[in-house]
Amino acid sequence: MTPRLSLRSLSKRYSSTVAADAVSLDVTPGEIVALLGENGAGKSTLMKMAYGITHPDSGSIAVDGAVVEIENPKRARSLGIAMVFQQFVLFDALSVLDNVALGLPPAPMAAIQQRLLQLASRYRLPLDPSLRVHDLSVGERQRIEILRALMSTPRVLILDEPTSVLTPQAVDVLFDTLRQLAVDGVSVIFISHKLHEIRRLATRCVVMRAGKIVAEVDPRVQSETELARLMLGVEPSPPDTQRTPANEVALTVSRLSVVNSDEHCGLSNVSFEVRSGEIVGIAGVSGNGQGALMAAVSGEIRVASSSVRLFGLSVGALGTAERRQLGLRYVPEQRLGHGAVAGMSLAENVCLTSASIKAFDLLDANAARAAAQRIVERFDVKTTAPTQNVETLSGGNLQKYIVGREVLQAPRVLLINQPTWGVDAGSAASIRNELLKLRASGCAIVLLSEELDELYQLADRLLVMADGRMSPASEPHLISSAELGRWMAGSWPAHANADMTHAA
Amino acid sequence: MLIPREHASRTWLWLSPIVAIALTLLAGAVLFALMGTSPLNGLHIFMIEPLSSMRGWTELALKATPLILCGVGLAVCFRANVWNIGAEGQLIAGAIAGGGIALLATADTPRVWFGFVLLAAAAGGALWASITAWLRDRFHANEILTSLMLVYVAQQLLSWLVQGPWRDPLGYGFPQTELFAVAARAPLLLEGTRLNIGSVLALLAAFAIWILLARTVIGYQLKVIGLAPIAARYAGFSSRRSLWIALLISGSLAGVAGGLEVVGPIGQLTSSISPGYGFAAIIVAFVGRLHPLGIVLASLIMALFYIGGELAQSRLGLPSALTGVFQGLLLFFLLACDTFVNHRVQFRRGVPT
Repeated sequence: MTPRLSLRSLSKRYSSTVAADAVSLDVTPGEIVALLGENGAGKSTLMKMAYGITHPDSGSIAVDGAVVEIENPKRARSLGIAMVFQQFVLFDALSVLDNVALGLPPAPMAAIQQRLLQLASRYRLPLDPSLRVHDLSVGERQRIEILRALMSTPRVLILDEPTSVLTPQAVDVLFDTLRQLAVDGVSVIFISHKLHEIRRLATRCVVMRAGKIVAEVDPRVQSETELARLMLGVEPSPPDTQRTPANEVALTVSRLSVVNSDEHCGLSNVSFEVRSGEIVGIAGVSGNGQGALMAAVSGEIRVASSSVRLFGLSVGALGTAERRQLGLRYVPEQRLGHGAVAGMSLAENVCLTSASIKAFDLLDANAARAAAQRIVERFDVKTTAPTQNVETLSGGNLQKYIVGREVLQAPRVLLINQPTWGVDAGSAASIRNELLKLRASGCAIVLLSEELDELYQLADRLLVMADGRMSPASEPHLISSAELGRWMAGSWPAHANADMTHAA
Repeated sequence: MLIPREHASRTWLWLSPIVAIALTLLAGAVLFALMGTSPLNGLHIFMIEPLSSMRGWTELALKATPLILCGVGLAVCFRANVWNIGAEGQLIAGAIAGGGIALLATADTPRVWFGFVLLAAAAGGALWASITAWLRDRFHANEILTSLMLVYVAQQLLSWLVQGPWRDPLGYGFPQTELFAVAARAPLLLEGTRLNIGSVLALLAAFAIWILLARTVIGYQLKVIGLAPIAARYAGFSSRRSLWIALLISGSLAGVAGGLEVVGPIGQLTSSISPGYGFAAIIVAFVGRLHPLGIVLASLIMALFYIGGELAQSRLGLPSALTGVFQGLLLFFLLACDTFVNHRVQFRRGVPT
């Protein structure tokens, strides 16, 4: 059978790195191919070449056996190639419908809307087309991206880590959709680092490392360990699971309410507590109040004094710097622009949350450089120098840097939101290991994640946020992921609502 | 179409003002030719003639002084994302306050009075800027609008004062105060020229602002707030405080610039004390890349435009608006150069569908 899409020894070199080194890949109609690899392995570059965003230095691309020149994404779409990105390409100020209509051939809005609603209901991705994108959560934004790709009835659909913001049920639905698309003859290329998802979905797994394809396997017959070994090139180290028994209450959130704002979904009457030496995992689809919770607990927004307590001290009215003095540290979800300042170096970014910074002091540039150097060495951040600007780091390296910066300050309570979102598997593993080490040292950790595996692997207790409310606590071994998914949709046993005590 | 570059070249970001200056001169030459003057002769009178004598250089420093003071102050504001457009108004407020104190001096007043004049000028400028800060802080009023509108309020206040209560009774009804006593005047650096101690103060101010921005925690916080307000909130830096700090610094420096003008070259308060230094300083701040050293250099260029414009008027009979045209061209070319530094041009290719 003629391959639907054929990449023939594509090479792409950036100034210092070879992103793709004579990579060849054939995809047949109706096939689901998983593209597996660490960040920087060249998966995204390869797919961007197929989609016309970047142009290969050498090599050619054929669609249905005919060599084509893909100058730009518009041309790609006209050839039946669609792509859903990891980083969303949406206009915040426009509505869902406008965003979808952009990039489609001109057509009456009513027709576009009708088709959008059809697709949304068929693939169970509910969306109000009139909402503006800036009001939507990350998860909802991704729905737009997927629907937008489906609007053009693609024959090749490329998805770059599409499941990271979906509930397990939504992942199931998406996979059903993708399988259905494959049955209809669409070729699906699925970039992922979630090994179990690849094993569930893909019929062929192509493993990339350092710009080259290093293996092609049938994921259905390979173990996850074997896939991880292929991807990393080394045996992954088992996580350090040693732990101390939980003891004193470190963080108490009681009857915390925050009104809805443009920025985030509010909170209603949220209560929970976290003890020293335990990890409390909070699951939930993003946009359900996680933003407000993090802002209220970290001090970015001030709340009623007694609704947040650190070691018994009411801190709700204190600011972030004052709470930081009390040992509360926070790693936000958004790395550039929140956890770190683009346009500043690693060293300068150390000063952002440095405990000793006083407004009328001189900056100690040497100390900042030394601190940045310590983070780089201790957390294996791949960078050239502490004077390098943070925006030049890859997602995984930047996250290691930010986590490292906070962990080195020996937090007594750590809030961490989506620690491994968009992070390559190697970095994700090392970040998770750091969290476990921190727990062993007696730190109380609040872990917000949309990756259920991560929560099951790390959390001692699980909570779920839905629509600004907090579920009762459960323990990972007592709740199935299906049950957790129902909780994430907002339905948990009502009688347990008042239960905020520690389950153990 | 314009595509953002992934990595804008830092070298080119700094070279862009120089390219813009070169393009401005080129456009100026074309302009001279269109007005029937030899472009070479025109540029010579505009750019070279002012620098051909010692006196020319001192005049250049004199004109650059208010531009440096206003420019470095604006750099602090712009770094912190506070869009103070009203340095001109703060300059006038400083001139009024400084001039008011200067009027109190008599022939017997000690020389130290000049110091009080400067303090009053700084306070006047800071007070004027604090109105903008308060309106933004209290009512979230847009500082671009309020600071700009306060320029006109300051101008009206000045012309009321010099036509009314402060008018020189022996001044034949001209809208001006009496000449200030020597004790209030800025000490001259070179006898026989108009160059005064203000130019040294301006360089000291530029140095101080450079230290503030590059080496102090406050400067760091201002930059973080400007670059990433959400990260600043995460860090716990107060955006309200930085608003006040930025506007007070910039207002007091502009005020000192105004005070120095009236007790320096002008010697009295008149209804027009500034040929738009406060506005030109906005261009200066950006041409100087919001860096004090760059601002000092940009101020010298801009000062040259002022002097060259006057010369072109007297020697070539060209309109004095030429100075404004050159300033405008410089800003235009700078913005254009920056656009190309940060973006690349991609021409549309026909795509078969």
